[in-house]
Amino acid sequence: MSSRRAAVLLGLRSLGREWRSGDLAVLFIALFVAVAALTGVGFLVDRIDRAMQLQASEVLAADLRLTSPDQISTTYETEADRRNLLHARAAQLISVVLKDEATQLTNVHVVTAGYPLRGTVRVSDRPFGAPQAAQGVPAPGECWPDSRVLAALGAQVGDVVNVGAAPLRVTRVLISRPDQGSGFVDLAPSLLMNEADLPATQLIQPGSRVRYAALFAGDRRAADSFSLWLQKNKKPAERLGDIATISPEVGSATRRAGRFLAIASLVSVLLCAVAIAMTARRYVQRHLDLAALLKTIGASRADVLWVCLTQLICIAITATLFGSLAGFGAQFALLAVVGDLIATELPPPGFMPVLLGFAAALLLLVGFALPSMLRLARVPAMRVLRRDMGPPPLGAVLAFVPALLAVALLVMQVSGDMRMALGFVAGLGAAALSLMAVALLLVAGVARLRGRLGVAWRYGAANLARRRAESVVQIVSLGLGLSALLLLTILRGNLVDDWRARVPQNAPNYFFVNIPTQDREDFRGMLSADGGTLSRMLPMIRGRMTQINGEPVAARRFVDGRRGEGLAGREQNLTWSAEIGPDNRITEGHWFTAEEAGQPLVSVATDMQESIGLKLGDKLTFDIAGETFETTISSFREVQWDSLQPNFFLMFPPGLLEGAAGTWMASAQYRPTDPGTIASLVRRFPSVSIFDMDDLLGQVRSIIDKAVLAVQGVFIFTLLAGIVVLLAAVQVTRDERRYESAMLRTLGAQRRTVVAGVMLEFLLIGSLAGIMASAAASIGSYFVSTRLLEIPFRPDPLIWIGGALGGALLVCIAGYIATRSALLQPPMSTLRYG
Amino acid sequence: MERKIVLEAKELTRKVSSPEGELTIVDGVSLAIGAGESVALVGASGAGKSTVLAMLAGLDLPTSGRIWLDGRELTGMDEDARARLRADRVGFVFQAFHLVPSLTALENVMLPMELTGRSDARQAAHEILQRVGLGAREGHYPRQLSGGEQQRVALARASVTRPAVLFADEPTGNLDTATGASICQLLFDLNREFNTTLVLVTHDTTLAARCDRILTMAAGRLVT
Ligand SMILES: Nc1ncnc2c1ncn2[C@@H]1O[C@H](COP(=O)(O)OP(=O)(O)OP(=O)(O)O)[C@@H](O)[C@H]1O
Ligand SMILES: [Mg+2]
Repeated sequence: MSSRRAAVLLGLRSLGREWRSGDLAVLFIALFVAVAALTGVGFLVDRIDRAMQLQASEVLAADLRLTSPDQISTTYETEADRRNLLHARAAQLISVVLKDEATQLTNVHVVTAGYPLRGTVRVSDRPFGAPQAAQGVPAPGECWPDSRVLAALGAQVGDVVNVGAAPLRVTRVLISRPDQGSGFVDLAPSLLMNEADLPATQLIQPGSRVRYAALFAGDRRAADSFSLWLQKNKKPAERLGDIATISPEVGSATRRAGRFLAIASLVSVLLCAVAIAMTARRYVQRHLDLAALLKTIGASRADVLWVCLTQLICIAITATLFGSLAGFGAQFALLAVVGDLIATELPPPGFMPVLLGFAAALLLLVGFALPSMLRLARVPAMRVLRRDMGPPPLGAVLAFVPALLAVALLVMQVSGDMRMALGFVAGLGAAALSLMAVALLLVAGVARLRGRLGVAWRYGAANLARRRAESVVQIVSLGLGLSALLLLTILRGNLVDDWRARVPQNAPNYFFVNIPTQDREDFRGMLSADGGTLSRMLPMIRGRMTQINGEPVAARRFVDGRRGEGLAGREQNLTWSAEIGPDNRITEGHWFTAEEAGQPLVSVATDMQESIGLKLGDKLTFDIAGETFETTISSFREVQWDSLQPNFFLMFPPGLLEGAAGTWMASAQYRPTDPGTIASLVRRFPSVSIFDMDDLLGQVRSIIDKAVLAVQGVFIFTLLAGIVVLLAAVQVTRDERRYESAMLRTLGAQRRTVVAGVMLEFLLIGSLAGIMASAAASIGSYFVSTRLLEIPFRPDPLIWIGGALGGALLVCIAGYIATRSALLQPPMSTLRYG
Repeated sequence: MERKIVLEAKELTRKVSSPEGELTIVDGVSLAIGAGESVALVGASGAGKSTVLAMLAGLDLPTSGRIWLDGRELTGMDEDARARLRADRVGFVFQAFHLVPSLTALENVMLPMELTGRSDARQAAHEILQRVGLGAREGHYPRQLSGGEQQRVALARASVTRPAVLFADEPTGNLDTATGASICQLLFDLNREFNTTLVLVTHDTTLAARCDRILTMAAGRLVT
């Protein structure tokens, strides 16, 4: 082991000199950028992810929400206290609210101090007024009805209204509650009051429909463990909601943003990997003599390897250290930009991203540097006598398998998605191979041209052709780097287009629920008189699924336990329609034909199909207002929930449920001419609940904005990584260039000619790489768009011009800066010191 | 005077493949060299001198034939075992001085001893550098030394482990006549002082003449 110590010592002693020679510096920069990109994005995604969970908590007004038709025992609160969790109670019942002669059926929310535990209640001092965050809850003797209640009752702030038997003074106007839900179910006009007044209302009678809720919130881990405790200890009638049950429309946009961020950060890492591989090659090339010498004077293969390993490990540790610091700082810089857009406060950064960064640095070295280093250990000692003796070339297995494995592991770790990991690696491999083939052809083509052009051209083209293998490696690396950049550009364009196209233009901004069947046409008329357009109107019937293939739902075990139970067991909204919306796609079976009207059929959303485990032809039995319907599944629909149109898990053909009592819901694009129109709409159709989507849309848009800005931040890393690849590419050929330039100038070539020749070579490399990259990026983004992100693909012809010009320009600038000193050095000093 | 044999080769043959087919570059070389003996290997360029030297030192393996160094058979060892044997028993001086550019003169000389784990490496290196007249240049890097000085460092590094055999491949090839002569002098002085066996490849006839024995090669064969 003493020889090991000598090897490590030698590695350490040479560190400073190696650094100055440039290889280790480029290696360091590559690792640094990779780690900074990974940790920077890691910190941010981690924090935004957790913030989004918190946002989901707001929808519950808590982290955990236990609901029950019966009074909830206070033992849970005792247990919550013991676990340092916050808690509050909320009950909901439907009651008539009165003022003088006027009455309004209202959703009454009875809450205790502390409500809401997450999110905010918004109130105003006048109906439809500007919202502001409420302090606390209504005091005993007071209530906060919403604008619609006040409009229907003709009441003002300061008036006294009767909730049941209790007279309560109106002190604020309720604008929104965090837990008002996006299911469009309980969107009747509502009123908030204090639990202390509940007995006086005398509304709690045997048989009255009350939903009780206990709310809990606190530290994430405590909440999680309390959730487990509750699942064990709650009564069967009590239902537990937690943040896993977030609304599908927010979830899908967020997931897509997260995936995109992951891809973006991985591309930077990938570019750095290319730089690392190139630098490692040069490092090996420059250390062949040393390795041979060490072996000659008695070092074993392992000793030789340890000299490099020592240096690699030193570089990895410092790069991780500085990279994580930079990532940490970058994350704060990113946050400074997106700060205002993030409504909720972000939780503090976690430590996980740093570990991930270090693991990634090691992985990159093992995958991309170590295989070349192994060659170093295989240099024949004979090289000390015959300089042309090199190590055997790297076998294909050693050259590619560790690299691909490293990439696969990284992709999996970062994206947490096996399918995506495999797709990414396969795409990468295919891209590299095809780039290699095309690059070979291009270089061969250029070599043929050289005879016909001037001296500088000949020199440049000759360089390219003579170092054919090196040129191909450079073009492929740059091509890969550039294609990643271009791919991201195309994807980002497509993604933003998709979001823009999907959210603001097509999305309705108003929802109307509880439109009585007989008022349907009047309502449509009144809305269109004020310039509103109904985009979809569907009946809404309450019903409960009771049996699946004759087996009671309650006895069934579900594929996706809790979610399946929730989807099948609860009372839900059913609809019927002759038409299928464009945001619904039949995956199995067929949509109802005209002949199937009135037949006992049902079309099920794929989400429900998956969680419950259903197939075509299964029989579902429903209880709708006491009547039993047995239906057969005739189709499955993939529903695009984020179209923000009314959509239902279960749809029936027309002519089957018309007899059942129900109301209609409608979505509309509507810009009221003045706030009073809404009030008159409420007066004319008192039972209709109006739901303003601008709020929810604002939420969705802010999430998108956050994602786009975060992506742009990530872009900075990708750009940096691209430059690192360029640096590495130039570094690889540096010595050779210096020597050649000196030779040519000694032979009488003008400095201008030499520089022009070298620049021409860079120009060729850059533009060839750019053109290839454009092709690769176009093909790649087509697959990523359509297969992974599931958004429409839009080709971008500008990419081709940008790719070629950008490639040429970047390579020329970086090449000039990096080779300038070598080219301009007086020839003597180079030839002497080589 | 009957000397103990430290280096023995039997029927060494080395074949290499080339574009024109298989080439035999060393053909049936047998020799035996005694302890403390100095032997010059001479011949025209391309005769196979360096190839023979490399095989004798275990840097390269013969296609057929056997070699014993200091009583142990090199031809049966794997690469790492041969390296270990070199660390203990063999020293090298080359035409191109082959110092580690990132280490000082002292560190270069210490390197082989560190590889064998000698604890007095610094002291020994210091002494031998004094002995070759570079005591004042210990802390200098190879780039800061002249060609002759670099070769002295290489010589110090080769002999500091007191090797049984010291191999030199054209040690004066890159030096002017006067410097070359002083390096030669040093080489023979050390050979005598440490009773080291010296195997020397050279084109320099005066240098060859100073050796106990001259072996001449032509077209891969020993002709004397
Ligand atoms: N690995 C190899 N592959 C091909 N040919 C080789 C190889 N090693 C040696 N040769 C050839 O074998 C012959 C002998 O080479 P060697 O280096 O031993 O000659 P030398 O006598 O040392 O010559 P010089 O005095 O020029 O150093 C040369 O023609 C050389 O080109
Ligand atoms: Mg030779």
